[in-house]
Amino acid sequence: MRLIILEDASVVADWAAQFVLQRITQFAPGPGRHFVLGLPTGGTPLGMYRKLVQFHKEGRLSFKYVTTFNMDEYVGLPREHPESYHYYMWNEFFKHVDIDPNNAHVLDGNAPDLAAECRRFEDLIQQAGGVHLFIGGIGPDGHIAFNEPGSSLVSRTRVKTLAYDTLDANKRFFGNDMSKVPRQALTVGVGTVMDAKEVMILITGVHKALALAKAVEEGVNHMWTVSAFQQHPQALFICDEDATLELRVKTVKYFKALSEEHQKMIADRPVDEQRLVH
Amino acid sequence: MKSTSTLTRFHNCYILRDNKIIKEDLWIRDGKIENPEQIFYVEQREADLTVNCEDLLIAPGFIDIQINGGWGVDFSYDSENVQEGLNKVAKELLSHGVTSFCPTMVTSEPEKYHKILPQIKKTPGGRHGATILGVHLEGPFISPAKKGAHLDEYIRVPEKGLETMKQVYGALDDVVIVTLAPELPGATQAIKDLTKLGIKVAVGHSSAGLAQGEDAIRNGANLITHLFNAMLPFHHRDPGLVGLLASKTDKQVYYGIISDGIHTHPSALRIACRANPEGLVLVSDAVAAQGLADGNYRIGPQAVTVEEGRAYLTGTKVLCGSTTALDSCVLTFKDSIECSLEYALQAASLHPARALGIDNRKGKLNFGYDADFIILHPKTLKVLSTWIAGERVFTRQGDTA
Repeated sequence: MRLIILEDASVVADWAAQFVLQRITQFAPGPGRHFVLGLPTGGTPLGMYRKLVQFHKEGRLSFKYVTTFNMDEYVGLPREHPESYHYYMWNEFFKHVDIDPNNAHVLDGNAPDLAAECRRFEDLIQQAGGVHLFIGGIGPDGHIAFNEPGSSLVSRTRVKTLAYDTLDANKRFFGNDMSKVPRQALTVGVGTVMDAKEVMILITGVHKALALAKAVEEGVNHMWTVSAFQQHPQALFICDEDATLELRVKTVKYFKALSEEHQKMIADRPVDEQRLVH
Repeated sequence: MKSTSTLTRFHNCYILRDNKIIKEDLWIRDGKIENPEQIFYVEQREADLTVNCEDLLIAPGFIDIQINGGWGVDFSYDSENVQEGLNKVAKELLSHGVTSFCPTMVTSEPEKYHKILPQIKKTPGGRHGATILGVHLEGPFISPAKKGAHLDEYIRVPEKGLETMKQVYGALDDVVIVTLAPELPGATQAIKDLTKLGIKVAVGHSSAGLAQGEDAIRNGANLITHLFNAMLPFHHRDPGLVGLLASKTDKQVYYGIISDGIHTHPSALRIACRANPEGLVLVSDAVAAQGLADGNYRIGPQAVTVEEGRAYLTGTKVLCGSTTALDSCVLTFKDSIECSLEYALQAASLHPARALGIDNRKGKLNFGYDADFIILHPKTLKVLSTWIAGERVFTRQGDTA
């Protein structure tokens, strides 16, 4: 596992976007050779999306041969609702780039058979040949996607009932009315994300500091589901200074000492060569 | 579900939507504005054609609900070649960003109505010209005291309401607006009857006081024809029809404004706009001289002289309608009242659509609406191209957009 500590949220956004650009460019996708990307929603990755859109507009990055899978979606929320992840992805990303709509996959929380929808999603990932790079954010309680505390660390895509903390955190998006907050979501499992060849998790802000400490400094624990990625062969945590507040000085110093090496990850170097940097 | 028709995406543009000008793409298909998010997720389809608009502005097409003619054509006078005249004006209007209009007939003798009216049909627009929404009949049921440029001898009283009107006009199938003076005997009944037929009633060319105006509104009228012109001036004891702008009727009252820089003083424009911003409808009230150089022309049965762009009854200083098309009115209006660009554009699109009750399909760039729109230069507001039902029907020479 690598932990990259950057100055603030905007540097994290830039770094993450540079990394995606580097990975896609090195992969050199084309017809019959798609780069497969797992995508999150929420406030943390917003800056990264804006940067990716900018790269696209500058002609540096095409999504023509990129296939995407989104991590999660609320159950029963209309697709056009401003809080739906379909709405988010369309407005923040898809409509600005050249991705083929057939290759942009978002779980349908309004599907008549939710279990079948989850199976379909897993099958689609299989058919795409697995995910090359899964990008995620985490909740203050350390959840990745909607894998709330206590979720199985080998879970697959499924229907999940949301924790009270999550509902409470979300109510501000629904007129502060708890009864309007969706109580269930479809989410990829921890196992689904673990299967990706590479995982990049973005963590910014003081309110995520405890979760980062639990993810990095303590053992693998289903109460902090993001800690599972300690066992992933190619996991990358990108955080800002604020998110390090609960870490030990020793931890921070160790990873900061590696920062020069980490910067090479977004330089124009072949991916295989970079794998030697640990 | 896959559709075979062309899906067009206007890209790199600013569009007027939900009262705001925003950087957003506009998608159209089959003559309607489409929801691209729905197409992306449900149809999983990309645009067949992408138009790079290079940061130009897209606004709903203008709707002119009061236009007497133009380019030498007078809708009230030329009874022989009505179709030809309509075609001419409808076609010319495209270059001014007008995608729909109501050909307007001023006070005329019954014979004229019987000859001309059956020849003006509601007609969808296209390359041939702007959409004809239906006729606006301005008179002859008006007050002789406020006749303006209308001829005394043809002015009538609707003593038997709709019955009199049918005698004078003939069939009303393609009529959408009737301007009348509500204080005339029989007018109240006429307002009720016309409203029942789905025809909008405008009050105007009238000496009515506010109470009479309010009665008319309660009985179904929803428009005031060219506010301030041909009505009692505002008086603080009885504000007259102008008072409808701030009266307590719970219905939205719309009012036509000629914003050609001549007919209405900028200060009067601002008063109207501040009192009742939602009701303001820009109209050209243009006459046959619109689009023509200074000289002598006809409006109805009268001789008109155009001097320096102003149209007078020949030998007098009586204004008889404007010679300014709606696109210039929008510009003048915006400069006069220093309003937002959004508001100025809506006053010539959304507001007239609402006044006519067609704002469920025209006057906005919302999903499902008719793809009637114009591409404008964002600063000069010059109309660079005009589109009706998704088809490009006018392109300004020398501009590619």
